[in-house]
Amino acid sequence: MSRWAIWLPLGLFLAFFALFASGLLKPDDRVIASKMVGKPIPAFTLPAAASDRPALSSADLATGKPRLLNIFASWCVPCAAEAPQLMALKQAGAEIDAVAIRDARADVDQFLGRWGNPYARIGLDARSSLQIAMGSSGVPETFVIDGKGTIVHQHIGDIRAEDVPTILEKLKEAGR
Amino acid sequence: MIAEAGLAALWLAAALAFLQLGLVWFGLTTDKPELLASVRPVAVAQGVLTALSFALLVTLFLRSDMSVALVATNSHSAKPWLYKFAGTWGNHEGSMLLWVMVMGIAGMAVALFERALRRDTHMATLGAQAMISLGFYAFLLFSSNPFARVNPAPPDGQGLNPLLQDPGLAFHPPTLYLGYVGLSVAFSFAVGALLTRNVDAVFARAMRPWILAAWILLTLGITAGSYWAYYELGWGGWWFWDPVENASLMPWLAATALLHSVTVLATRDALRAWTIMLAVVAFSMSMVGTFLVRSGILTSVHAFAVDPERGTFILGLLALYIGGALALFGWRIGTVREGAQFELVSRETMLVVNNLLLSVILGLVLIGTLYPLMTEAFGHKVSVGPPYFDRIAGPVALALVIAMAAGPLTRWRKDQARAVAGRLLVPAIVLLLAFAVVSVLAWGRIGVLPFLGLVIAAGVAVGSVAPLWKRNLRRTPLFTYGMVIAHLGCAVSLAGMAADSAFTVEKLVAARPGGVIETAGWKVRFDAITPIAGDNWTALQGDMTASRGSGSPIDIHPQARFFTAPPTNTTEAALLTRWDGQLYVVLGQEADDGRWQVRIWWKPFVTLIWLGGMMIALGGTLSLLGRERRGWLQKLRRRSAVAAA
Amino acid sequence: MRTLIALILMLFAAPVLAQSALPPAPYADRQLDDPRLEAKARDLMMTIRCLTCQSQSIADSNASMAGDMRSQIRERIAAGEDPEAIRSWLIERYGDWVSYEPTASPILWPLWAAPVILLALGFWLMRGRIRRRKASS
Repeated sequence: MSRWAIWLPLGLFLAFFALFASGLLKPDDRVIASKMVGKPIPAFTLPAAASDRPALSSADLATGKPRLLNIFASWCVPCAAEAPQLMALKQAGAEIDAVAIRDARADVDQFLGRWGNPYARIGLDARSSLQIAMGSSGVPETFVIDGKGTIVHQHIGDIRAEDVPTILEKLKEAGR
Repeated sequence: MIAEAGLAALWLAAALAFLQLGLVWFGLTTDKPELLASVRPVAVAQGVLTALSFALLVTLFLRSDMSVALVATNSHSAKPWLYKFAGTWGNHEGSMLLWVMVMGIAGMAVALFERALRRDTHMATLGAQAMISLGFYAFLLFSSNPFARVNPAPPDGQGLNPLLQDPGLAFHPPTLYLGYVGLSVAFSFAVGALLTRNVDAVFARAMRPWILAAWILLTLGITAGSYWAYYELGWGGWWFWDPVENASLMPWLAATALLHSVTVLATRDALRAWTIMLAVVAFSMSMVGTFLVRSGILTSVHAFAVDPERGTFILGLLALYIGGALALFGWRIGTVREGAQFELVSRETMLVVNNLLLSVILGLVLIGTLYPLMTEAFGHKVSVGPPYFDRIAGPVALALVIAMAAGPLTRWRKDQARAVAGRLLVPAIVLLLAFAVVSVLAWGRIGVLPFLGLVIAAGVAVGSVAPLWKRNLRRTPLFTYGMVIAHLGCAVSLAGMAADSAFTVEKLVAARPGGVIETAGWKVRFDAITPIAGDNWTALQGDMTASRGSGSPIDIHPQARFFTAPPTNTTEAALLTRWDGQLYVVLGQEADDGRWQVRIWWKPFVTLIWLGGMMIALGGTLSLLGRERRGWLQKLRRRSAVAAA
Repeated sequence: MRTLIALILMLFAAPVLAQSALPPAPYADRQLDDPRLEAKARDLMMTIRCLTCQSQSIADSNASMAGDMRSQIRERIAAGEDPEAIRSWLIERYGDWVSYEPTASPILWPLWAAPVILLALGFWLMRGRIRRRKASS
């Protein structure tokens, strides 16, 4: 073995060590961001998910004014937890549409009755097909859509109180 | 009191490890034999204390002492006793105590039974073992105390993850740990040899049984784990190339390479530096695996006790021990000569090829497992999964298996290529026959790798037993039988893997009670769904009967279980084993129209995978017994010669 | 398999409780009638990573989203779509991450080159070990 080959293992180990250390230092990042941000929202038409809200199609999301699209489900616990923040967003002037994933009308009605209903339109995505088409990886998620129907921002997970200003900011940017 | 006693035993053991290290250090540097004389008793006491500490933790679990935080968070008073017992190591702290106990007992065994090693190397080895143990004692005592109390004590405890509530838990982790940690002995041997500049054939023969023992247990642990995943996960898969599985495979690959290179060292006094390197790498892989599993830096199905803080601690230990050993290697190995060159056609060249291919596979598994981590540093998320490993490591593994058949048929030192070819004639003919048969049966219907796997398995199976050909079977040494059985086990396992991926029949149906499902020659009648209650779970059980041809129907009962503490759903597959395969039935969800999802697989010869694994372990055991017995016999003969003189 | 322990905390423990009560999508757990198409769909599903449990392919996952993905893949294969086209469609949405089969994107080239590099390194280390000249006998 030549001289430097003797030190090769140690060198390799140090490289791995650096890799492990960087893996530990980095904040835990398990979210898979959608690659659809920056692209137009896929064309879709969904039936109404709730009794007192109209159905939702891609045309409803390109009205010239930026909107939020909230992806939720009545069976999802964090979705109930983010309800007050959605209400706050609505109070601040955001227009919010929603897609209920793998849901049933009665459950959605009950959920909205209990936690409040900030939505203008709610589509029912019984087979997660719109969710998959949008590159969304779970519930809840919130997308910011600009007036032309382009996805400009994705918020993964439930919206916390501290996230509200960011989302309003993104909404304002989308309106420019 | 029990918890306090356990903790005290652990502290005492740690202090003894410190003492052991000090005794060795001063004993060797100042040449004071009286210091070295007390090293062995100290190592024995340390081993006994770790065992005591572990036994006390087991007692706490068995008594469901909820005032101990670990018991309260990981056990439940309503659990069956077996799972209270096995639950001791079904958590981070308990499993680390198991780790430390195995390390202590291994050190004790080296102190008690190692006789062949030169004295200073023996002492340096015990010093190194104490040094490694110290880090893990510190880890337990300062960041993962298993004996911590909780006040007030909860009445019931939170319960064990139901997926772990399985007899598999009682067997798989301890065996795997014995193997993982057993490799620490090889590591300590290597460090001891480097420190005392003593790498030769005698050293290799002393180290070999320790490697063999750890390797046997590792083989058993992986085999058991694979079978456990197979029946518990409920999807019929037995190996997922998941990071945690790879973490257990890597030490095994390194240990297998080590086992073969140490044989070259023992026989030809060559490959010295390489063998030392492998001994360091093998245990390093155990520690890296532990780090990957506990730190949570990779996503895994088997993710267990994930905590970045613990990860930092283990990473520190990695840096200290692996970095230290490799630095020592670089510093000292220059003085160690590699030994004579090998002839191209010789057993030792075949073993070098074996080591080359095993190391390449090890490298591929390591790179593939860590690659997502590397790309993430550049902000790019990727997945490296079964398609990569199968396609890239698979062909190398097939080449390795072929070399495995040819190796034992080649003589040490120097052989004639024509003679080796002659010995390989029969296996080659069988291989061609298998090629013809499999082609007729399944040409174009199965993938290339499974096809090659089946064909090569047939040829290699014959090649593996060929070393017994024309030999006096009663005079053939036990370790030759061991090698033959282990190699045959590889072929058997390969055949199982190939048959499973080539011929598995899958049937997914929505069935109503009363219906009959037919697949792969089997008739499964779905009679009813009945609710049943277990110790700490309830289940919906499918009452089914399975029959094949004119055979009588056999009752099978797949279950969907619901655990209350903690609340979790699991599926319990029903397995029906026949000589030619396994029927695997899973009860899924209920559909809205009163039908039930039923998943059925017929997996031809799938059991060969684990049978092969057990044969490999059995072969290792025979080999170990054979070598040891030879040592005892020689000793006896020497003694009687002395007595006669 | 180090400790198969917690075989899937993520797969079962969390998602099962947080899944909808809806029955699975039509083709989530039902095979296509044509075995050739089913085999195609299956081969693809084995290499698509589940978004919910993250460490299993959608073919081996109980998560409801995985079921929906399976159903969609089977339906699209049945409609005559090419598996690789579906894979690219998914990668367009979720990135390279979603494919267990490493793609050909440049960041993955070293991974594909790994076996060649390792073998070359191995032979290089080995080169001095074997006597090259034929034994002169």
